[in-house]
Amino acid sequence: MRKSIYVFLMKGYSMLMSEMREGDSATVVKIGGNGALRRRIQEMGVLKGTRIQVEKYAPLKDPLELIVKGCHISLRVEEAAQIKVEVSG
Amino acid sequence: MTVAEQTEKQLTIALAGNPNAGKTSIFNHITGTRQKVGNWPGVTVEKKEGHVRKEGRDLRIVDLPGTYSLTPFSIEEIVARNYILDENPDVVVVIIDASNLERSLYLATQIRELDCRVVFALNMADVARTRGIKIDADKLAELLDLPVVFTVGNKNEGIDALLRKAIELAESDHTPHQQRKVKYNKDLEKAIAAVQKVVVADLGDELPYAARWTAIKLVEDDKIVKERLLEKPTELSRQAFEEAARQRQLLMERFDEEPEILTTDERYGFIAGIIKEVHMTAIQQRVDISRNIDLVLTNRFVGFPIFILFIWAMFQATFTFGEYPVAFIETLVGGLSSGVNSILPDSLFKDLILNGVIAGVGSVIVFLPNILILFFCIAIFEDTGYMSRSAFLMDKIMHLIGLHGKSFIPMLMGFGCTVPAIMATRTLESEKDRILTILITPFMSCSAKLPVYIVLAGTFFGARAGTVIFSIYILGIILSIVTGRLFRSTLLKGVDAPFVMELPPYRVPMVKSLLIHMWDRSRIFLKKMGKIILLGSIVIWALTAFPRHVNFSMDYDAEIQGAIQKYDAYRPVSGKEMQQGLEARRDQEVNSLKAHKAAERIEQSYIGRLGKWVTPVFEPIGIDWRGGVALLTGFVAKEIVVSTMGVLYAVDDEPDALERALASSTLTPLAAFSMMVFVLLYLPCLSTVAAIRRETGSYKWMTFSIVYTTSVAWVVSFIVYQGGRLLGYA
Repeated sequence: MRKSIYVFLMKGYSMLMSEMREGDSATVVKIGGNGALRRRIQEMGVLKGTRIQVEKYAPLKDPLELIVKGCHISLRVEEAAQIKVEVSG
Repeated sequence: MTVAEQTEKQLTIALAGNPNAGKTSIFNHITGTRQKVGNWPGVTVEKKEGHVRKEGRDLRIVDLPGTYSLTPFSIEEIVARNYILDENPDVVVVIIDASNLERSLYLATQIRELDCRVVFALNMADVARTRGIKIDADKLAELLDLPVVFTVGNKNEGIDALLRKAIELAESDHTPHQQRKVKYNKDLEKAIAAVQKVVVADLGDELPYAARWTAIKLVEDDKIVKERLLEKPTELSRQAFEEAARQRQLLMERFDEEPEILTTDERYGFIAGIIKEVHMTAIQQRVDISRNIDLVLTNRFVGFPIFILFIWAMFQATFTFGEYPVAFIETLVGGLSSGVNSILPDSLFKDLILNGVIAGVGSVIVFLPNILILFFCIAIFEDTGYMSRSAFLMDKIMHLIGLHGKSFIPMLMGFGCTVPAIMATRTLESEKDRILTILITPFMSCSAKLPVYIVLAGTFFGARAGTVIFSIYILGIILSIVTGRLFRSTLLKGVDAPFVMELPPYRVPMVKSLLIHMWDRSRIFLKKMGKIILLGSIVIWALTAFPRHVNFSMDYDAEIQGAIQKYDAYRPVSGKEMQQGLEARRDQEVNSLKAHKAAERIEQSYIGRLGKWVTPVFEPIGIDWRGGVALLTGFVAKEIVVSTMGVLYAVDDEPDALERALASSTLTPLAAFSMMVFVLLYLPCLSTVAAIRRETGSYKWMTFSIVYTTSVAWVVSFIVYQGGRLLGYA
């Protein structure tokens, strides 16, 4: 219930991936950062338009775990802060 | 060359694929134990090779490093790409993880662009099917114009069919059709065509690679390809570079993105088209056992306690269970040396064999059980997928020192033994992280240094010994943090490698693969360490044993003879009980004389002279020549520091003799503390130095580590000793 209200209110709202909460889903809008980071993220299947879900944050709040097309990928919060996403249902 | 090799051609098959795609298990099933592990030339990436005979042909199987891509960012990627480009394997088998089709195809697409013969091994399709993923293999084969074979790597299914297809393809005259390749968008294609024209016109026959591929790489500003072109006449490649730069500029103006990002996008677009036709998915998410396991193992509250429990268990296994076989090996070595002792007549040669070769090599062999167990545990962590979870848990802490989460396990192992710890840095992917971890691991106080602390702290600090030893350990940790931060911002500077890391699904490890893993690494330990240790032990032995003729301050042999005769003279006139007392006193006197003789011998040996010669270096940190000699011999193994001090202080075999001798010597508690600090930090032991040489692949880093640790040791000891004196401690 809480989740659906959240999605209803936030739909289409863009934020940084690092601002997402555990369990949130979103669509990637833009990938920033240096070349190495961008390409590495792309190689792991995170592209513009890809749907991602934040599975969890590590116990010390960094890094975070994403689910991308069924694969689990971890990246640091500072790296996630380079990725802009748009909340989706 | 043998007759067989002359009559038929050997076929080379390279295996490529993503990490965790099951490449290793396929390789193990093909080659079994007939594999050779080494390093790729010039880099510290593991190279695995195996030879097998199949279908009457000699096959050479080369395992390329597992990568997600062939962009030249990591050494692994460069190694894999250069191998395919330069060595031209007859067939490249690309292992496609059926449950990660898109990402696997990204690598496969790049490999296909290299114009080599490719076979797909569609791996773990059975697992994928249970997750609702179905793949139309025939369609995939048709779309990409290459053979596709179903395999289940961990169950050894489909491997024979895969090899048959590979051989068939290698011996056919099949060439990939041009239209099956990635077609980029109009602007990119225009840029590629423009660069290609210049490349062909200028370099022509000089071109090391296919023209289109070279052009694409130039548009992507690929540094390795540029370097390779620069080896050709520079005038010619400069024009191609200029054209590429101009085209890059145009593309950037048009798309506001770097061309290499555009090509990546286009490749994924190409793949998306293929996937739409061959892939049928029912579910997208992994709602499976693996995810549930992770709910516990990386849980906010119990994740860390469980991690600590696992590490504790690994330590227990390594250093407690390891003790039993260690005791057994020690008995064997002891038996060997007493056997040699009784067979050979007293001679210099016997001394060399006993105290040089057997003692030196024996001191390394005893580590073998610990190393085997440790590597077995690490193999379990790696093969189950827990290793990446431990990095996930620890990364935040390790990142503070400028390191990767995966550096934690090697550093922790450093408290046990630095040699396997340094070898465990192989699990790190970035070379910078690896070197930094190798440089700071020696500061983790290894277990061989503990006997030295126990003797010194026990003698001088009594009840506070535990606290003092603990402070030494803490000092080591602090210095490793300082060193890490220092080097990260100076020597090993540069952009942090992205942490982006896959958390693969948990798997039940295969025993065979665990054993192969364990044995590979242990074999390297034995081979390389054996040689260097043998040499080093002989050198230290020679320094201790020469010169043979020593001018003793008195005639010890005559004194010993005299002592024996003196007591023997009493024997006939005394009773039985008294005789026993007399014998004990006689033995004591003889042993004391022998000990003094040995001490004088070593004092006048080359190593003793060396120790006295370097006294000016040790004096400011409160260590006398005896300590200096002990520290020098500690280069072979740190435990030896204690036994050398025993010899130099002329103690006999009684318990606590060394402690009593030290307490009555000129050594002060402050000097003892300073010496402990020095032992903690100074140059790593011979086996460690050998491991550093091997794992960094260079004498440069080995020398650097020796000089750095020893300088740090001296400076810190100096501050401790002189500072302590200023504060009034003596």
